[in-house]
Amino acid sequence: MSGVPTAWFLLLGAILFTIGAVGVLVRRNVLIVLMCVELMLNAVNLTFVALGRELNSLTGQVFVFFVIVVAAVEVAVGLAILVELNRLRQTADVDEVSELKG
Amino acid sequence: MLDSIWLVIALPVAGVLLNGLLGRHLGRAFVSVVGVGVVGAAFALGAWAMTDLAALPEAQRTFTLPLWDWITVGNLQVPLTLRADALSLWMVLVVSGVGFLIHLYSVGYMQHEDARMFARFFAYLNLFVASMLLLVLADNYLLLYVGWELVGACSYLLIGFWFHKRDEAQAPVTLMDGTQVTLPPNLNPADSGKKAFIVNRIGDFGFALGVFLIWSTFGTLNFDAVFAAAPQAPATVLSAITLLLFMGAVGKSAQLPLAVWLPDAMAGPTPVSALIHAATMVTAGVYMVARSHVLYELAPGSALVVALVGGVTALYAAAIALVQVDLKRILAYSTISQLGYMFVAVGVGAYAAGLFHLTTHAFFKALLFLAAGSVMHALHDVIDIRRMGGLWRKMPLTGLTFLVGALALAGFPLTSGFFSKDEILLKAFQFSPGLWVLGLATALLTAFYTFRALFVAFAGQPRDWPLYEKAHESPGIMTLPLVVLAMAALLGGLLGLPAVLGVPNWTADWLAPVFDTHGLEAKHGVSAATEWLLLGVSAAVALAGIALAYWFYVSRVDIPARLAVALRPAFVFLANKCYLDDLYDAVLVRSGRQLAQLLAQGLDKAAIDGIIDGTARLLARGGAWLTQFEDGHIPHYALGMFVGALLLVVYLVVR
Repeated sequence: MSGVPTAWFLLLGAILFTIGAVGVLVRRNVLIVLMCVELMLNAVNLTFVALGRELNSLTGQVFVFFVIVVAAVEVAVGLAILVELNRLRQTADVDEVSELKG
Repeated sequence: MLDSIWLVIALPVAGVLLNGLLGRHLGRAFVSVVGVGVVGAAFALGAWAMTDLAALPEAQRTFTLPLWDWITVGNLQVPLTLRADALSLWMVLVVSGVGFLIHLYSVGYMQHEDARMFARFFAYLNLFVASMLLLVLADNYLLLYVGWELVGACSYLLIGFWFHKRDEAQAPVTLMDGTQVTLPPNLNPADSGKKAFIVNRIGDFGFALGVFLIWSTFGTLNFDAVFAAAPQAPATVLSAITLLLFMGAVGKSAQLPLAVWLPDAMAGPTPVSALIHAATMVTAGVYMVARSHVLYELAPGSALVVALVGGVTALYAAAIALVQVDLKRILAYSTISQLGYMFVAVGVGAYAAGLFHLTTHAFFKALLFLAAGSVMHALHDVIDIRRMGGLWRKMPLTGLTFLVGALALAGFPLTSGFFSKDEILLKAFQFSPGLWVLGLATALLTAFYTFRALFVAFAGQPRDWPLYEKAHESPGIMTLPLVVLAMAALLGGLLGLPAVLGVPNWTADWLAPVFDTHGLEAKHGVSAATEWLLLGVSAAVALAGIALAYWFYVSRVDIPARLAVALRPAFVFLANKCYLDDLYDAVLVRSGRQLAQLLAQGLDKAAIDGIIDGTARLLARGGAWLTQFEDGHIPHYALGMFVGALLLVVYLVVR
């Protein structure tokens, strides 16, 4: 099998995942946080399809479809929350909201 | 009828359920009819069963009725089986017969209680009758023990029936020389009930151990099986079993050293004192020893202990009764004393004589208590005989029946008590003249204190005029049982006339199949002349006691007053109940309380509470510490998730 080696895909996936994760942790704008979550999900998708190709198995690709569906739902819910938050607080800053505590 | 002997127990149980659950809504008349009726019906059924049993040949007069298997655990098989033989049916008739009369009397006596208390009283009383009948009809030791504990519980419930009452001080005695002797206060009903229950626990502890030992020795608890196997058992084990069982009897029948609860049990309503603490429950110990007579015969040492404890208790209680001023307490000490007689009888092997005295005692002591209750009823609960006097004129029927009871208790010739007591004295004489002297001394004291109470309360001039003016004869529903019991106390002796008169002794003949005493009389019998002499001595002693009481309390009332001064230490000693209560208080109760205090503070509060509270505090503090990490900032939560995920990855890789 020729073309780009699988390791590159995996490396790219890991880099994208790390960028996403760090973004989720350090960025304060909810919109950016959600985009970072998307980035993490797609990094995983990339890993799935790369390994699917490497192992000659369809399972990885089927999984990716599922993840895409779930990611779409997640984005819909996340954006809805973001819109509501903005309406209520006139802010999109995650540090401004800390209602979720016992 | 024997097949339906279970009805004898089931009927009072039905009474308990009806009166206990619905009684307060059903009205006094209904409660009374049910409460009295079920006991009367039980008596009728018992009598019917007895005629059926009598129709059988002597050798077959043991009927067992297996109802169902109660406990089946490994080798331990305890069926719920009732046993109707000559002894148990005899007890059934005594319990339900005297019980019926006392129930009838209670209808009048408890009339002043409100409907709830009235219904509750009859429910308790019926429960007692059911438990007592279970006790006497049981076919094995465990079932006997169940009845034994149930009557104890009923005793507790009924002693404390008026649980709201407080301790009652007794007015001090002012002696002739002006000094005063303070009397111990009468314990309140709630504490008296507890005392009775706890003191009985001590005895029952021994009883339970005895039952365990029977099972581990014989592998069965059934009476017949145990008795059949007993001759092969080692003598030491039999001695241990009999002594442990007797420990239970000592508690239940208020013998030394556990006699202290019975006088305080008088805090309960008087019908309770008559039924439970005179006629029936306290005689359960005598019944138990008589029932286990096979074991006691094989352990002569234990039988001797039984007889000696009985003899000493009889004298001890009679001596205390001499100086009591509370009418019911005089009768209570008298009960302890008479129970001592019964134990002398069963201890020396005269089981029929013991049962005969149990029966006549049930008649005349129930009578005396009910008459005392009638006096209390008339005097609005005044029970101190020093405030009575001359009551004869106000309440002739009560006075007359009390006289009959007193004559029987004193052993006046030809009354029931004379024959039954004489029978015991005769058997005691055959066993050992020393025991006979003990019994005779008790008989003298008995006659004296009984008639002291009678003369002080009923004869002479009233000492408390306002009280006297209020006195009135009790209603017919109370005097009728008195009259019936008086007849029984007077004529009950016919049931067991002495052999020397050449007439059949019905009690002994009826009970002979159980005790297997055929021909025993001839073996150990004394000569007719000796027996006549003993009869004469008993009669003389009874008459002497009565005469002495008459001389002291009617003709020369200054004599006892002067005696009290001259013998002041003895008087104070007896007035304080031989300090037995104080001794127990100092040695057992106080140290027990200190131990409990120590355990409560040291073990319970510090150690156990410490562990429990410490755990709770640890969790609460830990939780409080952990909440600071839950600050509501989503990035912090996300960081937690990532760190966790990272740790998992590290773990999976490193593993």
